[in-house]
Amino acid sequence: MMKIEAIIQPSRFESVKDALREIGIEGMTVTEVRGHGRQKGHTEVYRGREYTVDLLPKIKLEMVLPDALAQRVVDTILKTAKTGKIGDGKIFLSRVEEAIRIRNEERGENAL
Amino acid sequence: MKCVGWNCSFSLVLVLGAVLLAAVPLSAQQPPAAPATAASSAVAPEIPKTVNEKLAQLDKDVKAAQSAGDNAWMLVSAALVLMMTGPGLALFYGGLVRRKNTLAIMMQSFALIALITVLWALVGYSLCFGGNGPVIGGFEHAFLRGVGAEPNPDYAGTIPQATFMVYQLMFAIITPALITGATAERMKFSGTVLFMTLWFLFVYAPLAHMVWGKGGLLNAVGGKFPCLDFAGGTVVHISSGVSALVCALYMGKRTGYPKVPMPPHSLVLSFIGACLLWVGWFGFNAGSALAASSLATSAFVATHFAAAAAALGWSAAEWLKNGRASALGAISGAVAGLVAITPASGFVGPMPALAIGLIAGVVCYLMVTKIKAIFGYDDALDAFGVHGAGGTIGALLTGVFAQSVINPIFGADRPAGGLDGHWGQVGNQLVGVLIAWGIALVGTIVILKITDLITGVRVSEEHESDGLDITQHGEEAYNLES
Repeated sequence: MMKIEAIIQPSRFESVKDALREIGIEGMTVTEVRGHGRQKGHTEVYRGREYTVDLLPKIKLEMVLPDALAQRVVDTILKTAKTGKIGDGKIFLSRVEEAIRIRNEERGENAL
Repeated sequence: MKCVGWNCSFSLVLVLGAVLLAAVPLSAQQPPAAPATAASSAVAPEIPKTVNEKLAQLDKDVKAAQSAGDNAWMLVSAALVLMMTGPGLALFYGGLVRRKNTLAIMMQSFALIALITVLWALVGYSLCFGGNGPVIGGFEHAFLRGVGAEPNPDYAGTIPQATFMVYQLMFAIITPALITGATAERMKFSGTVLFMTLWFLFVYAPLAHMVWGKGGLLNAVGGKFPCLDFAGGTVVHISSGVSALVCALYMGKRTGYPKVPMPPHSLVLSFIGACLLWVGWFGFNAGSALAASSLATSAFVATHFAAAAAALGWSAAEWLKNGRASALGAISGAVAGLVAITPASGFVGPMPALAIGLIAGVVCYLMVTKIKAIFGYDDALDAFGVHGAGGTIGALLTGVFAQSVINPIFGADRPAGGLDGHWGQVGNQLVGVLIAWGIALVGTIVILKITDLITGVRVSEEHESDGLDITQHGEEAYNLES
């Protein structure tokens, strides 16, 4: 089982979600986060002083998938989340040791 | 210093009991309310027979109608001015501070509403408007003795003195509340309560008496240095603004200022507060006519025009400097204009009001951006930059723009200010300004020192970092997850 963690631009989220649903992925955890890689922030002015806001809002998607689906999901996210500009975000993949459904205690890929 | 245990509770009960006991016989000393309507004497009213009797009756009825109109407007004005503090100022300041200090700044305004009201009822009104000394009033109206339905012709001859009293109370409330803008995010609540009590008694009361009280040194009518201050440019804005600066300097900068950005946590709240202040200000300025008169109209118009011009002035200055006009700038500009027009409102015409507003908008913009940056003081919410500076500008410009045709304050044929040719009035205004500055400066330093010795003034660094809401009040402003 693979965990996919994708940090994307908030403006791309709806498209990514729709595209994932089209390929059959419905389960995901979504968080609103702040952060930056190489993207510069923006400047705000308060009482004549300028200051930089460099923690930018992003959306983080987390999904745990059977190995077979992982590549397809990564490709879908890449296609729909990309704008070509700095600040598009990143995707991280990691192995998951175990998954358990709380309702009926199913384990493994059946729990996904 | 905590108040715990039954010893303390017992003392509290004793004090309460004493106050209540004192109130009962004193309230019995007040004359029974004299009904305002003419035809309600105890004896069956006789139908006026002669023309003279009819005329006399008509005269009474007209006066009663005027009184009713005046009283209605004044009660509404009093409510409007209270609204300026709660929630106007509370929201305006509340939105400007960081989230962790929201409740604290609001609590300061609210506590002042309660605290000053009680002080006013006990001695405040009397100190401001009793007696006829040059510097302070007296105790003849302590516990509001003699303050009831009968008008006090020294101040407002057509409304009950109690209306005048409660109207003036609202001014006494908002003035110290303005100071909290400079001490925001780092003043102890206990220190605030003690400081404001002393400040009200020893800075506000003398100044209010000098400018508005009978026999006051700066009173426009009969004072040694007749100063034109219609609604409180000196009494309210200079006093609080200058005191704010002194407090900011005494307490020092917030930890991290100016390197760490501390932007407002909710300009939405500040926006709402500013609009409430604007609307409330009609009670503040137009109500200072103390009657539902054409002078009230004139002050209403001047107030509104100055606010508008100042908002444009500040926004224009900002647009030129930064390339963009901000919402915070626009609302701050409006407030600056309202401050500046406060002393002038009942003395100047609509066009001068626009000019006063425009000047105040631009100058106060420079004060809070350039001047504050140059001198480096942490006047957190710009109480000095807007109220101290705006009040000073307004007071001086009042001397320039006052016209007898708007308000023949010195007599029917006597010139008022510069536009009438009486440029000496600017000199009188300067005297008033300097006295206000002086009292505020000296009084605040002394009171700060005393407060620091008794309760302390500034919170610890740890408390400042955790935030005043949780450390001073044990609360959080927002529990959005719950």
